[in-house]
Amino acid sequence: MTNGLIDFVLVSVALLAIGIYGMAVKRNAIRMLFGIEMIINSANLNLVAFARFIPNSQGQTLALFSIAIAAAEVAVGLALIIVAYRMYKNIDIEDFRSLKG
Amino acid sequence: MVDAVFLALSVLTIGSAIVALEIRSLIYGSIALMITLSGIAGFFLLLDAPFVAMFQLSVYVGSVAVLILFTVMLVRRELIFNKIEDKRRRYAGIGLMLALMLGIGMIIIGSGIKSMETNSPTVDYQKIGKDFLTYYSPALIVMALILAASVIGALALARREDITNDQRVN
Repeated sequence: MTNGLIDFVLVSVALLAIGIYGMAVKRNAIRMLFGIEMIINSANLNLVAFARFIPNSQGQTLALFSIAIAAAEVAVGLALIIVAYRMYKNIDIEDFRSLKG
Repeated sequence: MVDAVFLALSVLTIGSAIVALEIRSLIYGSIALMITLSGIAGFFLLLDAPFVAMFQLSVYVGSVAVLILFTVMLVRRELIFNKIEDKRRRYAGIGLMLALMLGIGMIIIGSGIKSMETNSPTVDYQKIGKDFLTYYSPALIVMALILAASVIGALALARREDITNDQRVN
């Protein structure tokens, strides 16, 4: 294996930064969900990479748990987006006035 | 040093992540997100974790991306191609992204994991299955309950109250 741990961690950092950019800039609710997916995936990549190099099997186990929980999160998030779309006829988050604090 | 497969995978993953956020149409965006998730599965294969890679393919590429595609199709057509964003906020976001990449990247390059290489044997996935059913079995049960609850919650949230049952039959 020629790839070091640092290469995987750097790819994960890049993906995390792109996800945070998507969360911060985009106003489309579905695009914000894309950003959340990228952040979760960079965390999973970190878990599996460290599990390979430490070496330990529990990082892979935790990554599996994380993937399953992320699937549940996406189901609920998309249902919330559909409900909000039905109420406001839009998926722009600036239009979701009654969610404002 | 990295090999060519790693380089190609990272270019594919990060490039399609940027495309997913920046392309005009949400449908192409979700397909690009699908490519990003498959690229992550390729990284898992490079890390000798084929079980996690297959799980990623079946859960993320197979169900999550398709769920997002279906939701995009439920939305009105002009909203899919509509792209409204603040110019100043966009530049600030790009600055934040570059600052995060450089900052965390410098910290990681400066830390001790730079020289970390491994010659240890790969983790057998029988060990993962054993872990799931022995030490992590309470967590597995809780995870199953969370999955069931979230699916029921999503169904209850997305249910339409304004359609009565006899309208549904017709």
